[in-house]
Amino acid sequence: MIEAKKINKYFGGFQALKEVSCHFEKGKTNLIIGRSGSGKTVLMKCLIGLYEVDSGEILYDGRNFSTMILNERKAIRQEIGMLFQGAALFDFLNVEENVMFPLTMFTKQSLKEKLERVNFVLNRVDLKGSNKLKISELSGGMRKRVAIARAIAMNPRYLFCDEPNSGLDPQTSGVIDHLIKEITEEYNITTIVNTHDMNSVLSIGDTVAFIYNGQLWWSGSNKEILNTTNKELNDFVFGTELTVRLKQYFQQKEQ
Amino acid sequence: MKIFGIIGRYFLLMRRVFTRPQKGFVFRKRLFDEFQYLGVESLGIVAFISIFMGAVVAIQTAYNIANPLVSLSLIGFTTRQSIILEFSPTMISLILAGKVGSRIASEIGTMRVTEQIDALEIMGVNSANFLILPKVVASLLINPILIIISMWLGLVGGWAAIMVTGLCTSTDFVTGLRDTFEEFSIFYALIKTVIFAFIISTISSFHGYETEGGALEVGQASTKAVVVSSILIILFNLILTQLLLT
Ligand SMILES: Nc1ncnc2c1ncn2[C@@H]1O[C@H](COP(=O)(O)OP(=O)(O)OP(=O)(O)O)[C@@H](O)[C@H]1O
Ligand SMILES: [Mg+2]
Repeated sequence: MIEAKKINKYFGGFQALKEVSCHFEKGKTNLIIGRSGSGKTVLMKCLIGLYEVDSGEILYDGRNFSTMILNERKAIRQEIGMLFQGAALFDFLNVEENVMFPLTMFTKQSLKEKLERVNFVLNRVDLKGSNKLKISELSGGMRKRVAIARAIAMNPRYLFCDEPNSGLDPQTSGVIDHLIKEITEEYNITTIVNTHDMNSVLSIGDTVAFIYNGQLWWSGSNKEILNTTNKELNDFVFGTELTVRLKQYFQQKEQ
Repeated sequence: MKIFGIIGRYFLLMRRVFTRPQKGFVFRKRLFDEFQYLGVESLGIVAFISIFMGAVVAIQTAYNIANPLVSLSLIGFTTRQSIILEFSPTMISLILAGKVGSRIASEIGTMRVTEQIDALEIMGVNSANFLILPKVVASLLINPILIIISMWLGLVGGWAAIMVTGLCTSTDFVTGLRDTFEEFSIFYALIKTVIFAFIISTISSFHGYETEGGALEVGQASTKAVVVSSILIILFNLILTQLLLT
């Protein structure tokens, strides 16, 4: 479980996060949702320490991340897998080398053991046999899957995904979403996903935290979200033409 | 005031660069890759420029000392001095600042804006050390070799030009080349080269590493890298000449 307690983050005079407190549960897909610019990425980067918070605490299973020295943080980071918005694969390495990279840097495994693990995780994300492909030869969806494979290569306890399905078609998005959820449950990972895709919210969001203007505005499960009376959340949930029309359609049917 | 901030950040970055690599064999592999990218791939342009500039220096010298009272071997002597003392170390380093500097800055800048550097940091890898140290070490080792090749080709180019134009005899030219040769001049040239190599690789890495934004900013970072390293090379050239030759 990861907890954030009253975290504040400023960029110069601009306050990007205001007293955000929330927690993310183990073995569940925890979603952070909100409009573009609301502070989702900043929150995620604060949680993993790419940005320093100005005040507040971050706890990883009770271990206080905010007060740790660099070496303690490095130890925790090896328990973290992260899927970046643009996949962030190393373009000087091929698929296999990308997935193997954390193993090479942080374990003393032999090449054979590493290859076994690489093939196992590549298989897990349905990319068997793509070992030798260059990153420039992959489609967007494949890149995301390689990035997931790299993120889980070290058996992480915590998995962070920043907009895992931005730039993908709805079907591929669904595949990626379900892959994340399956892996989370299979390995009992604490997973945090940033998204503004309502599809993901409804299909994989075990818990949902809604960020509005840098504040935690609402939190709950994806079952509660459709019936919420919170105005800002409602505007977000029913923000597209399709959802608005569906809502009207069902309301008419009920009457 | 801003300049102090930049210098401060530069030295902070260098402190992270010059630490022990996490995995020795990974570092060695990256180092060999950089030899290829920064050294071998620069060989062509260095050779081309050296031969032609050597030829021009020789011809210019020959025309400028068309005086029956001075020995024709002076052509060889002057060509050698210009090439070894200034042309090869300084000019070629400036060319490398353009070629290698922009390459380093855009490579690292692209990694920054595509979050590859963040990905390294998240894993717990010291990205500054991992990305920059192999480039700096490779430059420090390979640039002197490039410069020695450049000197040699410059002299060959000068000799060839003299042969083609017949401005003096081969014997005269070679006598001049050998006249009062001091090993210190090579040493002096190599010290300059190593310092310029350090400037090029670290300044370009710094500008790449500090990139923020997208493709446009990567382009700007690479331009800035070339301009700043060129200016520093020119400044340090003056300082070093003053220090080493007096
Ligand atoms: N490094 C930074 N310096 C200054 N301001 C920043 C920085 N990073 C983010 N911000 C600001 O913080 C706010 C939140 O940005 P953030 O990237 O978290 O948005 P987001 O919710 O992830 O949006 P999106 O869905 O578009 O990715 C924005 O107003 C942004 O301008
Ligand atoms: Mg974002």
